[in-house]
Amino acid sequence: MEVKFNLNGLDVVYYVKPGEYLLDSLRANGVKSVKKGCNASACGACTVLVDGKLTLSCSVLTASIEGKKVMTVESIQEEAAQLSEYFAKEGADQCGYCSAALALVVHALKEENPHPTRQEINDYLVGNLCRCTGLQSQGNAVEKYLGGKK
Amino acid sequence: MKKNFRVVNNITPSLDGKGLMQGRSFYTDDLAQQNSLVIKLLRSPHAFARIKSIDVSEAEKVPGVACILTKDNVPHVAFTRAGQGYPEPSPHDKFIFDEYARYVGDEVAAVAAVSEEVALEAMKKIKVDYEVLEPVLDFEKAYENKSVIHPEDGIHEMFPIGFDPKKNLAASYEMEVGNVAEELKKCDYVVEDTFYSQAQAHAMLEPHSCNARLDEHNRLVVYSTTQTPFHMRRIMSKTLGLPVEKIRVVKPRVGGGFGGKQAFHGEMFCALVTLRTKKPSKCVFTREEVFGCSYTRHPMKITLKVGATKDGIIQAIDCRALSDTGAYGEHALTVFMIVGSKVLPLYNKVKAVKFGGHVVYTNHVSAGAYRGYGAIQGNYAVESIIDELAEKMGMDPIKLRELNSMKEKETSPIFEIMGEGTEGTAMIMESCKLPYCIKRGRELIEWDKKWPRKEVGPHKVRSVGCAIAMQGSGIPFLDMGSCTIKLNDGGSYMVTVGATDIGQGSDTMIAQIVAEELQTTVDKVIIYSSDTDLTPYDCGAYASSTTYVSGNAAWNAASKMRERLVKEAAEYMNVKVGTVEFDGKMFTSGEKSLSLEDLATNRLYNQDTRQIAVTESFHGHVSPPPFMAAFGEFEFDTETFEYKMIKYVTVTDCGTTINPMLAKGQVEGGIIQGYGMASSEEVIYNDKGKLLTTNFDVYHIPTRAEVGELVTEFADSYEPTGPFGAKSVGEIGIDTPPAVLCNAVYNAFGVRIHHLPITPERIFKAVKEKK
Repeated sequence: MEVKFNLNGLDVVYYVKPGEYLLDSLRANGVKSVKKGCNASACGACTVLVDGKLTLSCSVLTASIEGKKVMTVESIQEEAAQLSEYFAKEGADQCGYCSAALALVVHALKEENPHPTRQEINDYLVGNLCRCTGLQSQGNAVEKYLGGKK
Repeated sequence: MKKNFRVVNNITPSLDGKGLMQGRSFYTDDLAQQNSLVIKLLRSPHAFARIKSIDVSEAEKVPGVACILTKDNVPHVAFTRAGQGYPEPSPHDKFIFDEYARYVGDEVAAVAAVSEEVALEAMKKIKVDYEVLEPVLDFEKAYENKSVIHPEDGIHEMFPIGFDPKKNLAASYEMEVGNVAEELKKCDYVVEDTFYSQAQAHAMLEPHSCNARLDEHNRLVVYSTTQTPFHMRRIMSKTLGLPVEKIRVVKPRVGGGFGGKQAFHGEMFCALVTLRTKKPSKCVFTREEVFGCSYTRHPMKITLKVGATKDGIIQAIDCRALSDTGAYGEHALTVFMIVGSKVLPLYNKVKAVKFGGHVVYTNHVSAGAYRGYGAIQGNYAVESIIDELAEKMGMDPIKLRELNSMKEKETSPIFEIMGEGTEGTAMIMESCKLPYCIKRGRELIEWDKKWPRKEVGPHKVRSVGCAIAMQGSGIPFLDMGSCTIKLNDGGSYMVTVGATDIGQGSDTMIAQIVAEELQTTVDKVIIYSSDTDLTPYDCGAYASSTTYVSGNAAWNAASKMRERLVKEAAEYMNVKVGTVEFDGKMFTSGEKSLSLEDLATNRLYNQDTRQIAVTESFHGHVSPPPFMAAFGEFEFDTETFEYKMIKYVTVTDCGTTINPMLAKGQVEGGIIQGYGMASSEEVIYNDKGKLLTTNFDVYHIPTRAEVGELVTEFADSYEPTGPFGAKSVGEIGIDTPPAVLCNAVYNAFGVRIHHLPITPERIFKAVKEKK
């Protein structure tokens, strides 16, 4: 079936199977910044924004996004670059497999709650698993990034 | 010797961090060819069965099926998937496909088709006639069980490892220094206890993935999420009967490994499918397969007897261990030996020490390499019983450790006796700041105020626990790394290394070493790693070898490049080599000077043109251990026994931290992974031997909600044999949390938990039993 939607500012048409999930459609069409970590809405690596809302793309049928706006990290390149500098300073980046999704989650947090407390940051990011770092460093990085101080 | 460093030991962002956060797609499955055949694996529903026959005729008729592999049409060569050097210390007990299925999830057939849907549909049509056999699901009953898990012919050990498959023994080991029984008799205090640890999952975020294609020379090119690309090429060559020169293994970015990616996963199937069909193929494990059909940590039972005299000196340690390697013997012996060799030397004042036991086969998911590699299991047992001994002696547990633990310039006879499945290498601790680590950690946690426990509110108690640990830095005389550096026009350097960056940041660390030695900056160093066609050899990322082994190789190469540049510059300026000085940008000799950029341009385009390039290698003669002291504070609910981490303090001696932030990341990541094993990562099998904890919703790795404050410091230390004084740091962080938590639980409730993970339920039961 044909699904028309807006991907990172451009109107696109995907040809998909009726039961196909957005994660698989995106990757099949070359959008590989979106990762398949668990395929069970449990790890957060496939996070995208659909009409501005954080969405686990492994659990959303592609057919359901007809006419909607989908954003991946390709939409927020500058922001991701800036955030990565805070991650680097805190020693919060390792394998990078969860990084692009985290950048989107931090973007959404910033939109929703520009000055979160540390607890709010942890609560907001809790669904994005990371097995490499001690997690505290990522919290520090996000806190400093949103606090605007380098 | 201490130096004022410019690049190493300074903050340097990881080179790939920004690009990866921006979504640059360079992980294995991102690089699969668009039209790859999709490989799905038919897996055994039985824990133990003999395959009487497999009928694929109906499956092959499904439109879109390109190839089906079974035991009837693949090479039958015994090998080990362990991904180790040669000859491997793991038994060759695995076939690509076999007559037997040895755990629920064992591979029975591979279907390659145009899509996942087609492959799965075809898989349903494969008819397998199983003779169901009696499985061995309790590792304490495996030895000499009437069910023999490996009855087949053709399997073997590469050198003596105690392999005795008819008794379900994958490996066994015994050693003794002095006479433990005699020494224990002379002790005033003797404690004995037994500890069980579970089959922890690696749970790296990127699932095991691989893909294959033929290049324009019809050579096989395999992209893999591997920690050991060169071992993979060798093992593939031997097992498939394909010459090494016909195979290229490429490791792109890897999303975490922790030892789980040292071994083979779908690579043999991809290779065979692509060789047979001449089409590209890929095999990506589902999360359920990552949990249930790859490898786990070796579950162990460890029984210790430790004796001390009144003066507080530990005189003898007797350590018996039983390890469950599951269906296959990957890393069976070597993980087992590390229980002894990377834990017991911590207490080097002993007159006698004994270690030994069995590594048995069971019908569980195979165990393999996992960060900590036996040391975490050993640490849980040893560092728990040291607290028991301290209590019995009425001594502060830190004091007992201070009195008995390893100091600088000391040694342990264990180093010489125990190596990588064979004899070891004697070594003196040239760097060991463990006494400082203990002292500093004690201050940071405020031990004297907090030990052993404090009531902090209604039904709330806080307690502290401590543990010390050591690991290694590569395997001496075995692990080798190498590095090639060539000069580019413009004066930058192309660095190629076999060293395997699996997310720990080894590319960055190596670029820093090269930049430091050549007095340049990391932006002038282009690094490319882990491609068997394009980079020199490296054993791979395991055994905490990368900083020490590969880092030393990079240092050797950079030193050699420096010499070479000076020689080239002297020739160009027509002066004697000894008169030339080089500051990273300019060569000077008296009045004459020459820029690196001009030298590079000249040598590529003008006079006496040639490529300036060097290759150097390194293998260690010792394996200098990093050391750590760890202290945890936890808050317990005295009614529900739920608890949370308040603070976890570590002070580590890993020599010079080449990249302080990456080193911190290794320590903290290790702690939280170890804390998962200690606290929440419950592994559940059903009574038929099926693993039930196969996704993140049921297997609980620590999240942001569970992590307390981490205080991570490093001791001022310099290892004379390491690159710029560095030792490795990849594994040590994981070792302490089980013992630290276990000791804190004891300090809170007076009960010792003998099984991991330490769940509220286990504490509740122990407290109830005590009453």
